[in-house]
Amino acid sequence: MLKAIQGGSKKSPRGGRARPVYPSPSSRPIDNTQTRKAGGRWRDKFNAYLELNRHELFVSLERLVDTPFSSLMTIGVLAAALTLAISFYLVVANLNQLTLGLQSTSQISLFLRDEVQDGHARKLAEKIQLNPDVQQTGMISKAQGMQDFLAYSGFAEAIQALESNPLPIVIQVQPASSATEPRQLEKLLAEFRQYVEVDRVILDMGWAQRLRALIELFEQAVMVLSIFLAAGVLLIIASTIRQELHKRRDEIIICKLIGATDGFIRRPFIFTGFWLGFFSAIMAWFVVAVMVLALKNPIENLSGQYDGNFHVLFLSYPETFIFFIVASTLGVTGSWMILQIQLRQLIPE
Amino acid sequence: MLKFEHVSKRYPEAGEVLRNINFSLDHGEMAFLTGHSGAGKSTLLRLIAVIERCSRGHIWLDGASVNDAKTGQIPVLRRKIGLIFQDYKLLHDRTVFDNVALPLVIAGYGHQEIGRRVRAALDKVGLLGKENKYPVTLSGGEQQRVGIARAVVNKPPMILADEPTGNLDPELSSEIMKLFEQFQQVGVTILIATHDISLISKMNYRVLKLAQGELTSD
Ligand SMILES: Nc1ncnc2c1ncn2[C@@H]1O[C@H](COP(=O)(O)OP(=O)(O)OP(=O)(O)O)[C@@H](O)[C@H]1O
Ligand SMILES: [Mg+2]
Repeated sequence: MLKAIQGGSKKSPRGGRARPVYPSPSSRPIDNTQTRKAGGRWRDKFNAYLELNRHELFVSLERLVDTPFSSLMTIGVLAAALTLAISFYLVVANLNQLTLGLQSTSQISLFLRDEVQDGHARKLAEKIQLNPDVQQTGMISKAQGMQDFLAYSGFAEAIQALESNPLPIVIQVQPASSATEPRQLEKLLAEFRQYVEVDRVILDMGWAQRLRALIELFEQAVMVLSIFLAAGVLLIIASTIRQELHKRRDEIIICKLIGATDGFIRRPFIFTGFWLGFFSAIMAWFVVAVMVLALKNPIENLSGQYDGNFHVLFLSYPETFIFFIVASTLGVTGSWMILQIQLRQLIPE
Repeated sequence: MLKFEHVSKRYPEAGEVLRNINFSLDHGEMAFLTGHSGAGKSTLLRLIAVIERCSRGHIWLDGASVNDAKTGQIPVLRRKIGLIFQDYKLLHDRTVFDNVALPLVIAGYGHQEIGRRVRAALDKVGLLGKENKYPVTLSGGEQQRVGIARAVVNKPPMILADEPTGNLDPELSSEIMKLFEQFQQVGVTILIATHDISLISKMNYRVLKLAQGELTSD
């Protein structure tokens, strides 16, 4: 912004419009009649502080507008990262919604010890049935198991050659619909393992549960990816602010020489970081909105053909709000980080 | 107001630029600091404003130790000093008004107070009416006066001026000096670095003379 202070270049000031340090007083008549009450000075200072902040906020906005090309490039890169992040977030949200209404039942098979008799097994099945997390139990006796085996496997002759029936009694447990979460199932399994009659417990997860587990994995991957994307956003903002810092080095030095605190010097850069985050959030939001609009009809048509009532989810109002807050905070944090590192290096005391 | 005790400053590249400097200025005193080019005048002023730290000795400003000022206290210390630079150090993308207003903005004044004080300061240096110009459209002397207005606008108890008349014709120079005298009369302590001997001799003020980094006469 500041050109060659020391070089004494006699170029006319930049083509941009005048950027007043402060609202020009010529537009406001001086109010000499104003009387100051006790404590008024503190109030004045506070008002001046607010005014300064408001003013600086828009001055830093103006600076971005003054260099539209480089600002847009930076915002575009930031928006790309943010777009990726929300897209993944929405994919997860939509997939979760997909499995929400789906009911598929898991099944637990209890293989009993060889010495357990049918009668005893039946009693055990009845006992298990009393568990509120269990919807239904069924028992496959040794004989029944053998019949099934003979019918479905090709080893009939080999099996018949055996003297005794090697197949165990199996109790099949269908968990109640209230107990479909992996954690609840795990609890049931642990319970069943404690029965002395039980040899082995096998969980046969329903496909919806499998899908859910898969989505959970995907969700974690997205989480990790989002952290990387956020780090990328921080770095891009930090590097942009760093360039700005170097461009305005002379100005910063002058301000320091006449008593500016670090806070005063930091402020415009923090605001720039805020604007960068904020505008890239807007851009990313629009890109994602367009994508969702484009995909909405095809997806919902497809879902209709399969009798589904799937509605493509977009960011809700609170989510949009949070997204904007997060993006702006990233902007502020990124510039704050680099200021913390560079301000001391740039201007050695 | 200002006190130097056995102050030395050495640069790794240039060696000992100031050697065992001792002097003090009372409240409301005005003094000139002279010496050949490279004698260390600017360096001495820089030590007071903590732009540099002295290598040895002790500096006191307004009862407070400059040596012990922590980084966080430097801004407060500098607001007690109106600095006038050899190379003006104006912000070239801001108007004259905004340049002069900067110390007040930094100190957190409201816009009414700022407007009044800036105009008063510009009036003093004879630049009223040029508020909306940019520094590059002004002559060297005018820029120098903008720098002076900026230094006095916050009514600091001390003014340090580095060659404040370097770019002014004799007539303007003596006007600026009269201005400094006016400040001195209201109790401001002023230290002016200059090698304009004729200017000094015309005025009857204390002269601190530096030669090869030592204070040779007081
Ligand atoms: N930052 C620095 N690093 C190293 N040496 C320096 C630095 N600043 C000044 N010097 C040296 O200190 C000496 C005194 O410099 P200074 O600027 O104080 O002189 P001066 O009396 O103000 O001269 P002039 O009248 O030309 O302005 C010079 O020899 C210069 O080379
Ligand atoms: Mg000098």
